[in-house]
Amino acid sequence: MTSKLVVVGNGMAPGRMLEHLFELAPGAFEVTIFNAEPRVNYDRIMLSPVLSGEKSFDDIVIHGDAWYERHGVTLHKGQRVVAIDREARTVTSDRGVTAPYDHLVIATGSTPFVPPVPGHDLPGVLAYRDLDDVDAMILAAQSRAKAVVIGGGLLGLEAAAGLRAQGLEVTVLHLMPTLMERQLDPAAGFLLQRALEGRGIEVICNANTEEVLGTGKVEGVRLKDGRVIPASLVVMAVGIRPSLGLAREAGLACGRGVHVNDQLLTSDPAVSALGECVELDGRVYGLVAPLYQMAEVAARRLAGQPAEGFRHADTPTKLKVTGINLYSVGDFADAPDREEIVLRDASAGVYKRLVLQDNRILGAVLYGETADGGWFADLMKKGTDIAEMRDTLIFGQSYGGGSPLDPMAAVAALGDDAEICGCNGVCKGKITSAIAEKGLSTLDDVRAHTKASASCGSCTGLVEQLMGLTLGDAFNPKAVKPMCGCTEFGHGDVRRLIRAKALKSIPAVMQELEWKTSCGCAKCRPALNYYLLADWPGEYQDDKQSRFINERVHANIQKDGTYSVVPRMWGGMTSSAELRAIADVVDKFQIPAVKCTGGQRIDMLGVRKEDLPAVWADLNAAGMVSGAAYAKGLRTVKTCVGTDWCRFGTQDSTGLGIRLEKFMWGSWTPAKLKMAVSGCPRNCAEATCKDIGVICVDSGYDIHFAGAAGLDIHGTQVLCHVDTEDEAVVTIAALTQLYREQGHYLERIYKWLKRVGMDSIRAAVVEDPEKRQAYFERFVFSQRFSQVDPWAERASRGVAAHEFKPLADLSRFREAAE
Amino acid sequence: MSTGPEWAAIGRLADIPRRGARCVVSPLGRIAVFRTMDDRVFATEDRCPHRGGPLSQGIVHGGSVTCPLHNQVIALDTGLVQGPDEGRVRTFPVRVGADGSLELLVGREAFAEAAE
Ligand code: SRM
Ligand SMILES: Cc1cc2nc3c(=O)[nH]c(=O)nc-3n(C[C@H](O)[C@H](O)[C@H](O)COP(=O)(O)OP(=O)(O)OC[C@H]3O[C@@H](n4cnc5c(N)ncnc54)[C@H](O)[C@@H]3O)c2cc1C
Ligand code: SF4
Ligand code: FES
Repeated sequence: MTSKLVVVGNGMAPGRMLEHLFELAPGAFEVTIFNAEPRVNYDRIMLSPVLSGEKSFDDIVIHGDAWYERHGVTLHKGQRVVAIDREARTVTSDRGVTAPYDHLVIATGSTPFVPPVPGHDLPGVLAYRDLDDVDAMILAAQSRAKAVVIGGGLLGLEAAAGLRAQGLEVTVLHLMPTLMERQLDPAAGFLLQRALEGRGIEVICNANTEEVLGTGKVEGVRLKDGRVIPASLVVMAVGIRPSLGLAREAGLACGRGVHVNDQLLTSDPAVSALGECVELDGRVYGLVAPLYQMAEVAARRLAGQPAEGFRHADTPTKLKVTGINLYSVGDFADAPDREEIVLRDASAGVYKRLVLQDNRILGAVLYGETADGGWFADLMKKGTDIAEMRDTLIFGQSYGGGSPLDPMAAVAALGDDAEICGCNGVCKGKITSAIAEKGLSTLDDVRAHTKASASCGSCTGLVEQLMGLTLGDAFNPKAVKPMCGCTEFGHGDVRRLIRAKALKSIPAVMQELEWKTSCGCAKCRPALNYYLLADWPGEYQDDKQSRFINERVHANIQKDGTYSVVPRMWGGMTSSAELRAIADVVDKFQIPAVKCTGGQRIDMLGVRKEDLPAVWADLNAAGMVSGAAYAKGLRTVKTCVGTDWCRFGTQDSTGLGIRLEKFMWGSWTPAKLKMAVSGCPRNCAEATCKDIGVICVDSGYDIHFAGAAGLDIHGTQVLCHVDTEDEAVVTIAALTQLYREQGHYLERIYKWLKRVGMDSIRAAVVEDPEKRQAYFERFVFSQRFSQVDPWAERASRGVAAHEFKPLADLSRFREAAE
Repeated sequence: MSTGPEWAAIGRLADIPRRGARCVVSPLGRIAVFRTMDDRVFATEDRCPHRGGPLSQGIVHGGSVTCPLHNQVIALDTGLVQGPDEGRVRTFPVRVGADGSLELLVGREAFAEAAE
């Protein structure tokens, strides 16, 4: 006999419970779920990557529609339960649907707490809890320039980072003297604040919000001390409250949350509750790890296999903002009977603090370097006596008398019961045995079978190390992929060795690095040619035979073997004289098609190869040069009309675009490089999906980069803000040079960023003026050799003339073939 | 005119860059003449068996050329498409004289065969 199980709320806790239940007692329950949100179960903790644009909603769905179908679950999406009749054992939704239950599970989660200051209900004031909030923020980001986030805790800071990534100016208002004061001590809070400020997020601590200002919509926030911070979007992230209204009205015992025992039963034995809505032993919870533990306990009990009840354990906290590493666990308040061990390395931005009592760890705060977090947490959980290793404890587990820290050794030394995945409570032994028993060999396999690294993902590195340890050579996620079949070396090694061994020609590289083929292939030769050109400007002689046809003849080959010709139109500006010259060329050479490209210029398609030099000569005569529409190099710089014409323009975006294009044309880059400059955040030049984009604002220029809109669509990330046009030009050139020196061939800027990380890029071209200047100068130097119009060389100086004439004409043999 | 096959002068070895190609206009369309790194010379129809890409515009490496349109690799001596792909391009005899002159075998047989 199946019994009827009704679940109120479809969040992370009941989702996990049902997974366990279907495994433990398949077919035992007929399940009906009511969810106020109009959607399936998703990974709420991954909302921030959705906000920042790194992930889409589909990426974070936990159970797709098929899952509900497979398990015969009725899911009422977008229906809020408004009443529970415990007598009749039914629940009723706001749309009037009533469902009977044998057992009821309440999992209504929490509700964001919105402080009742005046103006808190103005349009433009949002909370941060579900996908609708994220959608609203993304929408607001498109049209609004400035956001205020109230609350400098985990949630507020993730919101701030996400909004910043969306291009907004962001200010965080925090009531307390330091950020995340519940998880971090003041020193770590201070480091965190600095790191956020380094990313262009303003942080104001001791900020007591008095009022949200605005008539009809948000215009700013006023603090108690009188300061006014202008804002067109306000995100409230000051805390959450368990959602217990429904349970209370149904007469269930409630305190701060719905009261449950350690088997997750409420005061009514036919009703369970779990997740953020419950109070257990006087505690309420706000992180998933304990909720997942509740899910397991509840599922066992429902399946008739009750086991040990829920037990409290401290959950470590991490902030999921890319590039900021922090970890905290336990209790780290000062007290007379407590001792501490502190390690600071200012230059590396590292701070670690352990709080001890009676030779046992009570709490740990790690900032900058967090690899040992799991180990400290493990020692803490077990109450291990650390007297023996006290002197070296702070250096972490793998410290061995000064030898370099080997992460593999650290993982190897962990005990089988050491927790690897905090979110899902998965320990080392479970992962290693699953790998061995089920023959798992990929990270995805391990995620699917153990759930390790399947939630917030911050333990992915650890899981990979564990896989490496268990599988040996059979697992190598970051195995160097050879450039091509001609060599064992990957792109990174080849680039490094070209410089280290001062290799200055393709044959020299192939000789020294023991190429397996006589003269490479169509994959490695263009790459080597680029690396040598980028590394030895002025010295290396471009090898035309190692270039793809388009770059060899400076036109784009078409499917019928004809070519297209795209002249530069600086910043998209043109003139009657240029248009007339183009029109004349089209007539003279009977070019079949003329088209406006997606890059703000004109393409002449279907030109015969033999005609190319003459076409170029005519275009050159009118002052036009190659637009490099074929190049792994600077393509276009799109602009909008800016202050010249537009009523919203804040800076001369057209002028800056032209300046950039004239300064940077001719440069070769690992992959194509597209830029755009928009005169205001309305962004008509689409600068936020370009390799490098500039958004002009009243106070100067926001420099964005790492966007793309081709095979993958990526919004840009903000590199920095600069005040003047000159600074913008220097920063962009420095960034381009860094990319030229580090990028792998065909690796666009967004992929390069993903590989090397934002911090290293900012460190080189934003934070250190000397370094920036050095990159800038190297760019300028290399431009001395690259700003030669390839068309002019071919049209009038006979370069590569053989390309454009047949070797011989044997038409006279016509009869022979007939 | 000519009756049997005939070696026709098409230029000099030095006219083609190493690891490069030029084409010859013929009654059957273009013929691509390739010169490898080690000065071997090959001639093929200038039409990729895949979708007609001009092989003379590809990158020459070892004894092969990579088609510029979709990167199929073709062995110059046999005309066979390499690797997982299939197909074959017509090849023509070509020879280099002691003085560096290039000659292509043309005439009834060569072109008639090619016309099949
Ligand atoms: C002509 C043009 C289409 C048009 O008629 O508007 C065009 C045409 C081609 N694009 Fe494009 N793209 C053109 C704008 C774009 C844009 C829009 C833009 O630049 O704002 C994009 C998306 C933006 C981006 O790049 O992120 C775009 C994304 C691509 C991609 C995908 C790149 C990626 O990293 O995912 C390719 C394939 C590639 O490069 O490997 C590509 C490749 C090509 C090639 C070169 C295909 C090829 O290899 O032959 C096409 C050459 C046609 C020719 O001979 O002109 N084209 N292509 C546009 C020329 C712009 C210009 O003035 O230079
Ligand atoms: C942006 C963000 C980032 C986070 N990051 C982390 C993190 O990094 N690590 C971590 O451990 N935790 C994190 N959390 C917390 C974590 O997401 C929650 O602890 C967890 O989702 C709570 O699960 P739950 O099932 O109790 O409630 P929820 O997931 O909140 O689900 C409750 C659901 O019930 C619905 N509901 C409420 N009332 C009713 C009703 N009457 N009828 C029908 N449906 C109803 C709600 O609409 C909601 O969909 C984060 C939370 C947010 C918002
Ligand atoms: S989208 Fe670009 S690559 Fe695709 S067909 Fe159009 S021009 Fe060619
Ligand atoms: S036409 Fe040559 S590979 Fe497609």
